[in-house]
Amino acid sequence: MDHFLSPFAHVLSALLQPLLLLAAAPLLVAWIRRVKARLQNRRGAPLLQPYRDLRKLFAKEAVVARTASPLFRAAPYLVFAATLVAAGALPLLSLRLPSAAVADAIAVIGLLGLARFLLVLAGLDAGTPFGGMGSSREMLVSTFAEPALLLVVFTLAMTAHSTNLASMAQMTLNAGLVLRPSYLFALAALLLVAIAECGRIPVDNPATHLELTMIHEGMLLEYSGRHLALMEWAAQLKLALFATLIVDLFLPWGIAAGFAPGALARAALALTLKLGALGALLALAETVLAKMRLFRVPGFLNLALLLALLGLLSHVILEAAT
Amino acid sequence: MMAQAFAERLRTALPAVALTPRTESGLMPAMVITVAADDWAALGAAAHGLGARWSACWVDPEPDHWRAWVLYEQGGAYVLAQTVLDPRAPRLPSLTPVFAAADRPERAIHDLLGVVFEGHPDTRRWLRHQAWRAETHPLQPEQPLAGAPPARTPADVGYPFRRMAGDAVHEVAVGPIHAGTIEPGHFRFATVGEQALTLETRLGYTHRGVEKLAVGRDAAGLLRLAARVSGDSTVAHAWAACMAIERAAGCAVPPRALALRGLLAERERVANHLGDVGAIAGDVGFSFAQMQFGALRERWQRRSAERFGHRLLMDTLCAGGVRTDIDLEGTRALLQDHARLRAELAPLTAILLDHPSLEDRLVGTGVLSAADAQVLGCLGYLGRASGLTFDLRRDAPYPPYDRLPVRVPRYDSGDVAARMRVRLDEIGVALELMDTLLAALPPGPVSTHWEAPPAGARGLGLVEGWRGETLAFVRFGADGRVARYAPRDPGVFAWPALERLLPGNIIPDFPVCNKSVNGAYAGCDL
Repeated sequence: MDHFLSPFAHVLSALLQPLLLLAAAPLLVAWIRRVKARLQNRRGAPLLQPYRDLRKLFAKEAVVARTASPLFRAAPYLVFAATLVAAGALPLLSLRLPSAAVADAIAVIGLLGLARFLLVLAGLDAGTPFGGMGSSREMLVSTFAEPALLLVVFTLAMTAHSTNLASMAQMTLNAGLVLRPSYLFALAALLLVAIAECGRIPVDNPATHLELTMIHEGMLLEYSGRHLALMEWAAQLKLALFATLIVDLFLPWGIAAGFAPGALARAALALTLKLGALGALLALAETVLAKMRLFRVPGFLNLALLLALLGLLSHVILEAAT
Repeated sequence: MMAQAFAERLRTALPAVALTPRTESGLMPAMVITVAADDWAALGAAAHGLGARWSACWVDPEPDHWRAWVLYEQGGAYVLAQTVLDPRAPRLPSLTPVFAAADRPERAIHDLLGVVFEGHPDTRRWLRHQAWRAETHPLQPEQPLAGAPPARTPADVGYPFRRMAGDAVHEVAVGPIHAGTIEPGHFRFATVGEQALTLETRLGYTHRGVEKLAVGRDAAGLLRLAARVSGDSTVAHAWAACMAIERAAGCAVPPRALALRGLLAERERVANHLGDVGAIAGDVGFSFAQMQFGALRERWQRRSAERFGHRLLMDTLCAGGVRTDIDLEGTRALLQDHARLRAELAPLTAILLDHPSLEDRLVGTGVLSAADAQVLGCLGYLGRASGLTFDLRRDAPYPPYDRLPVRVPRYDSGDVAARMRVRLDEIGVALELMDTLLAALPPGPVSTHWEAPPAGARGLGLVEGWRGETLAFVRFGADGRVARYAPRDPGVFAWPALERLLPGNIIPDFPVCNKSVNGAYAGCDL
């Protein structure tokens, strides 16, 4: 039946999935904040608060430093666009992803790298010390995070014989519930990388007001109004993207194979539950951990790299024959 | 008497100078020594030789001549040295080369009164930012209260910060406006990468002219002002001012009032320590503890508002006593509060002290060596975390502490973790003290009538505030009006300590170092 979908529907689905993730991203952040608040014996803000914050920021005037170059103005749009396109390569509700033909895990990593590169330049652009510190620390984190992330993808790609995310998810679905050591190592590595990539505790503290300790927020300090809204939204999307990536690669069960409404509804429900559980897990981790000292971050990410490497080795040694 | 012995030792150490220690009722428990301005530095060197601590310095522009005062302390014994200055050309040898702690206070005195400290290594302005002309010293008697503000305040630029030379050295400027709801202060770092080489603080942004505003007030007006020297130390400053007024007037405060003052001071200590412990955890991203301690502090302050009329306990003291009493039901409510706080603190303390992720951030961070703490005259929790346990309540007890056993915590590691532990321990000590005070609250009135002393009467107040020894000096003029009020907040000694302990740490650890030291802004800027 899916074969009879018009090309129009294909395009629509290619656009709709990332837009859906974009729309849901603030909700995931709100959920994490809510769970954190509960764990800290607080009531917490309503789940719509991030949406209200975005609306407020979009309505505000964007103030730009006199020392800023055009790059500073362009960066929010580019960062936002790059993150959104990266989100387009992820199967969200259905494995039938029209964009899958051109976009795979390597492209996702590349697009996120592009967004980060622009963000780092924008942080340096205004010439304030906090932006510079944030940028330098972001590069420190990425230097260790990106290789680990690539290694995770390679480990899984060796099993799936593809770096296409839809194929990798399909492969996991087909194989059923098999306990692969390589997957366990890769999952652990990806969780650590995701925390670092998304600037969460213990690597970075998204809720801090202390400029001197900031990484991601430090680069955004000079931004205001719609620029800030786009940057914030892109960061929220990145968090949702990593959560979806973990779900797609390791827990794809429930995702629809085509576009049947019933299957899509089930997929939406399953995804909501899975993202909610991941968010709650993150909130728990952020509650019981303090932020680590900056110079421990490389060690933290080296652990991720080591885990990914172990995953790769265990695939070669234990699983390659099958 | 301890002070007499200290004065005697000073006299022996300075055979060339004829010192005649005497007592003055208003300035008790300190012994007063009069020296010539020329012997000022020699006396300082002798005090330093005896291991004394430089506690405070102030200059009093009396009608016919100016008088400079310096307070030394050793083992709980106080000696107050004074000398007379020529108001037309006030000059005094600087004590900074001997006592590093005297550095900024002397610069402040120069800025406010124009006293030239000969031999002071640092002649930059301190409190007087660009809005004042070079020849204007706002605290001089002939200067108008409102000052002479320029039509347009010049931008606060061009302060000659100490510079670090070198290829990789990067200068980072932070403040005076910060992202959090904290007071204004400028921090200038020299860094190499993430490593901090030096820190220089620049304050004065909350200068309100407290000392000038005090002139001409009556006692009640002075106490309103003293309560606002620093909002977090309102009881400490008000009590010190009360003590100074009462000593000057020879007024005996009823025992119930003294016990209630002790209760209020301990409440202030607990509230601030609760907030600080939470904030230290929050600064390293452990917001769980921050939220729990924030909630405890909030409940504590609401109880303060309910029982004593003000969240921060402002204006709860008056000359001759206190303005608030507590009934039996209130006593019971407070005792229940204490028990509840103790019960709730126990598990939280266990988490704070045994949390690897927190330990990683706090242990070994921002170490203030005992030697540095000693040189800089650090007080309160700051000193106690570096092995200096001086506590007025124990070492020079004043009522009601003269009847109470005060346990003073001591740690020697001098790091952020130690400063947090001192605070946690002090909360426990304060709760015990309050329990004891409430259990045996003396009956009787909470205030007494007193007569303003004659012109020229002087009083000295010394109180252990939550940051440490808090001082007030008051001299009365005619009609019971205040002619001079000189407060000294213990937070003055915290900023140089912060500058001393930061180098070698990484820049992202600055906020937690700063929070653990928690110097006073308003209390320094006056």
